[in-house]
Amino acid sequence: MRSVRTMSAIALIGTIGLAGTACSSAADSTASSSTTQRATITVGAASSLTDVLASIAAEFTKAYPGVSVQFSFAASSAVAEQIRGGAPLDVFASAGTTSMAPLIDERLVTGAVDIATNSLQIAVPPGNPAAVAGLADLAGVKVVICQEQAPCGVATAKLFDHNSLAVTPVSYEPDVRSVLGKIEADEADAGIVYVTDVLSAGAQVVGVAIPAEANVTTTYQAAVVSASPNAAEAATFVDFLAGPEAQAALAGAGFAPAP
Amino acid sequence: MSSRRTTPIPVGILAAVGVAFLAIPLVGLLLRTPWSRLPELLSSPVALQALRLSLVCSLSATVIAVAIGVPVAWVLARSAVPGTTFVRALVTLPLVLPPVVGGVALLLAFGRRGLIGQFLYDWFGVQLPFSTAGVIMAEAFVAMPFLVITVEGALRSADPRFDEAAATLGASQWTVLRRVTMPLIAPALLAGTVLAWARALGEFGATITFAGNLPGVTQTMPLAVYAALDGDRDAAIALSLVLLIASLAVLLLLRDRYLRSAPS
Repeated sequence: MRSVRTMSAIALIGTIGLAGTACSSAADSTASSSTTQRATITVGAASSLTDVLASIAAEFTKAYPGVSVQFSFAASSAVAEQIRGGAPLDVFASAGTTSMAPLIDERLVTGAVDIATNSLQIAVPPGNPAAVAGLADLAGVKVVICQEQAPCGVATAKLFDHNSLAVTPVSYEPDVRSVLGKIEADEADAGIVYVTDVLSAGAQVVGVAIPAEANVTTTYQAAVVSASPNAAEAATFVDFLAGPEAQAALAGAGFAPAP
Repeated sequence: MSSRRTTPIPVGILAAVGVAFLAIPLVGLLLRTPWSRLPELLSSPVALQALRLSLVCSLSATVIAVAIGVPVAWVLARSAVPGTTFVRALVTLPLVLPPVVGGVALLLAFGRRGLIGQFLYDWFGVQLPFSTAGVIMAEAFVAMPFLVITVEGALRSADPRFDEAAATLGASQWTVLRRVTMPLIAPALLAGTVLAWARALGEFGATITFAGNLPGVTQTMPLAVYAALDGDRDAAIALSLVLLIASLAVLLLLRDRYLRSAPS
């Protein structure tokens, strides 16, 4: 009986908490709509851009108070599918060019620009217990990588291929997040993820650099969705992504500038 | 059986909705099944490895669940040990816990830096994550509650006077357990075992979190389905179909046996 009561108390606290956040966000949107709002653009973006795009959007709204930006994050391939299916997106920001290129060919997006590049890094637990100093050390240690169906897995396969490495991982993880999880728990000695992932993981993961000539680079692109009813605002946002404020934010997150 | 004729109409309608809700997704799976490619998809090395691994791991996990789950059920149902309410809540927790959380908990306990796992690693060089043993452990962790709950319920409803009668007639404790108690709860034990096996077979979250995902070592059928979903959707559907048919066959078989041996 007592446990039931405790449970309902916990549930109640949870509900109040949720209601609190719901109220505050409702208040926020009322406040912003009372200003002279002209357009809201929705950006469909690769999950790896989640943190950095939020801060870029804040900068953008400061520069263009009339336009507000909201996001829908998913795997680039999933966002591309959404655009094909007619989802109400205004901008597509993709990781890699494989999802973007067919959309350009099908004229579903226009004005694609390169906004940044990302490359791979070896992630190791703090203290680097297996003393991994480079790609050559991956042969004898417990390595976790992304599964070949995930974009990071494709890049990792390319990396191993490019360097003629035969690495047998102990696990193919579904995504970057789970690779980092295994490193954070110190279950694996090394993992292959993007430079930006190591940076966002914090102190529990340390990066070991891969020399540029051995590395694999992924180019991030942004484009205006052709069917967008806010094409002008969308184009402004895409331009902004290539501009100095956004480029500074991208650099801060570990992205390299587009060539 | 006479109640079958007098089902109230609203109950019938809602029941139909309920059945449709549960069955339609499965019909969707059947309709999308690439029947002509099925033999080729299911005989691929990855599929065969996953099938073999799923069988080995789920059966091992079931054996473990029975071996230590039945004693737990017996203690919960029959003994006067204080704190059984708490223990009951504890052992049924994996039933309601998100499996991924279970996996994280297992990692914190049995990982190579975990509470117990650090000693296993330092003293014996044993690392459970990324091993088949880790998969079996994750599956046993999520499957055992099904067995414990089912068997405990049966032990509670079984009349203890049968045991007492046998004891007064001179049967030893062990004989009572073997010849009286166990036969009484046999249908529930079978049901619990099969439920636990089915749960182990379908285990995904705890497995991928604790044991990782490597074909032939830790990649069971559900993990192979998940991996294939991003690439070859047909392969994912084919593997899902095997899981579906195996589970359905077991449930049909179980239902039949269980109903026939139930006294009412």
